[in-house]
Amino acid sequence: MVKTVTRLLLIAATLFSIGVSAAPQRTSAVVAGSKAAKLDACVEPTSLMRRRHFELIKHQRDITVHQGIRKTKYSLSGCVDCHVAKDSHGKYIPVNGVNPETGEKQFCAGCHEYAGVELPCFSCHSTVPTGK
Amino acid sequence: MSDKIDQNRRNFVSTAGKAAAATVVAPGVLLHTLASAEPRAEAVTSKVRYGLLIDTTKCADGCSDCVSGCEKENGLDLIKKPEGADDYEWERQRPRWIRTVKVKDRLTGHVSQLPMMCQHCEYPPCQDVCPTGASFRRADGIVMVDRHLCIGCRYCMMACPYKARSFIHEEIEQKPTIAPRGKGCVESCNLCVHRRDNGGTTTACQDACKHGAILFGDLNDPNSEIAQAMREHNNTQLRADLKLNTGVRYRGI
Repeated sequence: MVKTVTRLLLIAATLFSIGVSAAPQRTSAVVAGSKAAKLDACVEPTSLMRRRHFELIKHQRDITVHQGIRKTKYSLSGCVDCHVAKDSHGKYIPVNGVNPETGEKQFCAGCHEYAGVELPCFSCHSTVPTGK
Repeated sequence: MSDKIDQNRRNFVSTAGKAAAATVVAPGVLLHTLASAEPRAEAVTSKVRYGLLIDTTKCADGCSDCVSGCEKENGLDLIKKPEGADDYEWERQRPRWIRTVKVKDRLTGHVSQLPMMCQHCEYPPCQDVCPTGASFRRADGIVMVDRHLCIGCRYCMMACPYKARSFIHEEIEQKPTIAPRGKGCVESCNLCVHRRDNGGTTTACQDACKHGAILFGDLNDPNSEIAQAMREHNNTQLRADLKLNTGVRYRGI
């Protein structure tokens, strides 16, 4: 009995310490300070974006590379442009990275690291808007 | 009523005339401004065939402005030599879309300098050999690499008679939005495809050439500057014996 109580207390203490050390709770993956934070929804409703964003950009990439169509609402550079945030010096933080000042995982990294899903887009594509 | 319509028509014609005049005054600037606002919405078609006409008689010995213009535009200048890499090997293997080449007629001793890039063949050998379909020819004649499909086998580099393709050997630090690239993929000149899809009328190499040796345009449009120049002046394909029907033609060799 005493052992069980001690164990429970230990678990409670551990959980409390995790709660204290973790970054502030976010209700959404959208990073504060990004353009996306000021909008109600993405290019499609949030529920659809959460489930199918990869299908949208995968389909789009073929259309853009092979047919040259760039005037569409799905584009990876569009994702980056809208979801990227800046640090306190006004410098862009990569969307697949971590804010060095707060330790907050950025938009893409936040879910992909949690889910353990590899994110190969950015081995070639820019993680910040480059202006060209 | 009919008077009113006529007046509208007059106004329209007058405005159109002014617009045309403005185009003549500053064609590049105006077209570029108009174009950058409107990215391509319809798929490219084979009604257009893009190509280059290079006048080797104007191409100056020792000048490599087209190379540096291309590298700046397409972010190739951001690729740095890996630490500890051999200088000679780096120069030989660094990613480049244009090289300057000297050709000599052994009989007469005549030497020409010319920029060599992807020749945008109608029947590209790189496409023939590509095992994944990454090397392809877009409907408007641009031969390019779909890097989503490229596995980096470099078969295309072996097949290209013009040595036009490069390989990205190392991780890339800085990647421009318009030219994504990464380790393990092949790439080559794509006739500044981002400009094509955003309404641009020139290529970076053409803009950089102060000698006016490079002309870009639509080979299929009989009224285009390039088609007229090609009709007027004799021009040749490099390695015409291979019957690849290249989209890049040369004058003066």
